[in-house]
Amino acid sequence: MSPALLGVEEEGQSNVSLAASSTSIDCISRNGCGLKERNYLGLSDCSSVDSSAVPSLSEENKNNLNLKATELRLGLPGSQSPEREADVSLLSTGKLDEKPLFPMLPLKDGICSSLQKHVISGNKRGFSDTMDGFSEVKGSLYSEKNWLFHSAGTESDSPQSVGQGTFPGSSGMNAMQLSRPSGAQSHMMKEVPQKVLQDRCHGANGTNLNQAGTSNNSSSAPAAKAQVVGWPPIKSFRKNTLASSSKNNDEVDGKPSSGALFVKVSMDGAPYLRKVDLRTYSTYQELSCALEKMFSCFTIGQCGSHGVPGKEKLSESKLRDLLNGSEYVLTYEDKDRDWMLVGDVPWEMFIDTCKRLKIMKSSDAIGLGMCFCI
Amino acid sequence: MLRMARSLPEEVLEHVFSFIHSDKDRNAISMVCKSWYEIERWCRRRIFVGNCYAVNPSMVIRRFPEVRSVELKGKPHFADFNLVPDGWGGYVYPWIAAMANAYPWLEEISLKRMVVTDETLELIAKSFKNFKVLVLSSCEGFSTDGLAAIAANCRNLRQLDLRESEVDDPSGHWLSHFPDSFTSLVSLNISCLGSEVNFSALEHLVGRCPNLRTLRLNRAVPLDRLANILRRAPQLVELGAGTYSAELRPDVFSSIAGAFSGCKELKSLSGFWDVVPGYLPAIYPICSSLTSLNLSYATIQSPDLVKLVSQCQSLQRLWVLDYIEDIGLEALAAFCKDLQELRVFPSEPFALEPNVSLTEQGLVSVSEGCLKLHSVLYFCRQMTNDALVTIARNCPKMTRFRLCIIEPRTPDYITLQPLDDGFGAIVEHCKDLRRLSLSGLLTDRVFEYIGTHAKKLEMLSVAFAGDSDLGLHHVLYGCENLRKLEIRDCPFGDKALLANAAKLETMRSLWMSSCSVSFGACKLLGQKMPRLNIEVIDERGPPDSRPESCPVEKLYIYRTLAGPRFDMPGFVWTMDEDSALRFS
Repeated sequence: MSPALLGVEEEGQSNVSLAASSTSIDCISRNGCGLKERNYLGLSDCSSVDSSAVPSLSEENKNNLNLKATELRLGLPGSQSPEREADVSLLSTGKLDEKPLFPMLPLKDGICSSLQKHVISGNKRGFSDTMDGFSEVKGSLYSEKNWLFHSAGTESDSPQSVGQGTFPGSSGMNAMQLSRPSGAQSHMMKEVPQKVLQDRCHGANGTNLNQAGTSNNSSSAPAAKAQVVGWPPIKSFRKNTLASSSKNNDEVDGKPSSGALFVKVSMDGAPYLRKVDLRTYSTYQELSCALEKMFSCFTIGQCGSHGVPGKEKLSESKLRDLLNGSEYVLTYEDKDRDWMLVGDVPWEMFIDTCKRLKIMKSSDAIGLGMCFCI
Repeated sequence: MLRMARSLPEEVLEHVFSFIHSDKDRNAISMVCKSWYEIERWCRRRIFVGNCYAVNPSMVIRRFPEVRSVELKGKPHFADFNLVPDGWGGYVYPWIAAMANAYPWLEEISLKRMVVTDETLELIAKSFKNFKVLVLSSCEGFSTDGLAAIAANCRNLRQLDLRESEVDDPSGHWLSHFPDSFTSLVSLNISCLGSEVNFSALEHLVGRCPNLRTLRLNRAVPLDRLANILRRAPQLVELGAGTYSAELRPDVFSSIAGAFSGCKELKSLSGFWDVVPGYLPAIYPICSSLTSLNLSYATIQSPDLVKLVSQCQSLQRLWVLDYIEDIGLEALAAFCKDLQELRVFPSEPFALEPNVSLTEQGLVSVSEGCLKLHSVLYFCRQMTNDALVTIARNCPKMTRFRLCIIEPRTPDYITLQPLDDGFGAIVEHCKDLRRLSLSGLLTDRVFEYIGTHAKKLEMLSVAFAGDSDLGLHHVLYGCENLRKLEIRDCPFGDKALLANAAKLETMRSLWMSSCSVSFGACKLLGQKMPRLNIEVIDERGPPDSRPESCPVEKLYIYRTLAGPRFDMPGFVWTMDEDSALRFS
């Protein structure tokens, strides 16, 4: 567990599993006596890791780890959003506000942002009403680490993250650019938690939740439920079949079609394909951003393979220029098997007809722009 | 023992061994003594490699020189749900290339979740003269060109099964590559293909293969073609219809109905995309002999489903959409007393509100009425502990129980308690439980129950559950037969993993994504456990660009004799002895 992220402790939230588990958790908090470890290889002590590479800060954190790390709180849906909001605003100044604090939809295919998902589940209104009942119960005999915030921790480590792209789905280059400040930041974060804890005790509850809920809903586009990646666990084949079946039924019901719409994305020169769910985006801009991030590590051949960091980091803006500028264009194959430039038709029409995407070199795409749209 | 080995000639022992088929038994035989090891390895014909990276092809070939049938699995199970980024691995080509040299008489290849290229298929087509069976389950990376090569060259092909694979740019003409002289087909499953196949080629193929038992068509085969096909293959045992919709016309109806009645051997039905209910009565005559019914793509509503299932008294397996509703499941419980396996899939998994009246009651009804029920996959939106306890008590013979409550962390909707006790009852009463998937609101307590009772459990899937490392510890420590553990979005970190590191060598694999395992812990594991591959999968960039305490995005740990693999993409890092140095 991340000591640096322990800074994001908070309390005062409802805990459904009351007395019984609290005893076992209390037990753990006394230096692991409740665990009954079979310490086969003496591996249970994390601090035996070669610490030469680790900043001295984390040594201290590791000691904290023994006590605090196992004091976890059950993250309940709907109960996280307020802390997240309060948390983030405490830890940095205005900069983080630019980021999509509650991105409704996963930014990238295949990336699970636990925080995102948690926030998403918190927006389910029906359930949050139930949870309001729980927020009264401040049965917090112990402060617990909310494991969800590990990604918040990484984010907060680097407050000067650039715009939209650096939420967990951020590409390697951003993380690397910003890794240097992290030492300093985590120090700052250690200070913060106490304040956060206190603030949290006072009423980050149902009301905040609803506020967060509404603010989320206004910022998100589709009426269909925001989708957590890979949940519910249904195979793509089945999802796609359902999606096209429901499309067929749409004309009858008038209900909006839901379900994922995965299409393959290839890039000239990239060693493998990716897949994106077109339904997670509502504009070309969003799609373009996501693809930039996904394929950033292919351009200029920089990708930290086998752990060796590439020497030149491609900045996200530079890549955007590449993609928007002369070097690459985004194209798609439509139902008639024609290759077209992306962006010519309204978004809804696009996702209806797009079968696959391809990031082509501009030189190869000459002539595609001449396609006509109805 | 020594005397016996000398007195029984090798040929006799080999003959005896030829009756032993299970891998487990064969492995046991090979451990008796050196000579039995030698005899056994020369006569093993079938190998199963559950993780293609656990061994390398040359090791397998060296030990078993006379193999006829190979089964390989590649990506972890969560790849089915897009949790494993594309490009992770699972390439089968190196295996085929090695086997092309070593096993010229190879007859069967079964692959699951592997990347298969056209090149691979072409190599298969020309390397194995007696090739008979190709099963590609949830595979990807190939096109109909590869299939054409198989069709054209495999003169003795019996089975071509593409179940749920992703096939690129499908064009229907590959079917025509089966020569006219080709008549050996027994099983063909093309249900996953997106576009049309050449219908006349299909009909001709079906017509000239008298041993055809299994035919699973794809959605592009329209209803009016079905009758022709069925008439050419009345001996079919398993049928996957295509689209089951057309304008309701009496002549079409009687044609279909007649064709179905002619198929006296039919036991299994699947397919049925886009059903027009008016055509369902065409299959009523054969319902009573059906043992397996897969209507999980069929948008049939509850009343029609009830009419259908109530005629399937021999039904053993039912896969269906939640359109069946509680009322349909009650009918199932009343009429299908031989039911062993039930899977209920969600028709609108992403809808905010339930669109059908399917609740925990449906599953309870089935558990009460179908005493042979042992395998369940159930998607629903609400559950109670009481219901789970009832199901557990009704079905002590349950072997596979997978419950997916669609909204993560949903508690018992009546008591608002976690579902710990309900699942606890499942593992306590169902002593033969081998596979379990959890959902709903769950604390560490459920894992304590699992660790205490689920002694036969081999595979566990966990999502959005637990409070602390104690949960993971209970499972790793208590589940003696655990082979596969897959976890996502749970607050499990380093402690339990490190404390139970040795357990990982007794398992096939562990998957953890969106949990709290730190990079430091991964490095440590990699250093200390040379017989495990610790793969850190992180699309944010190299893990050493973040603090060591930072959790990794995804972690895949598996035991291996082959060491780290060399086909990893840029977002996968293996932790090994060197990595600690490399990353410092």
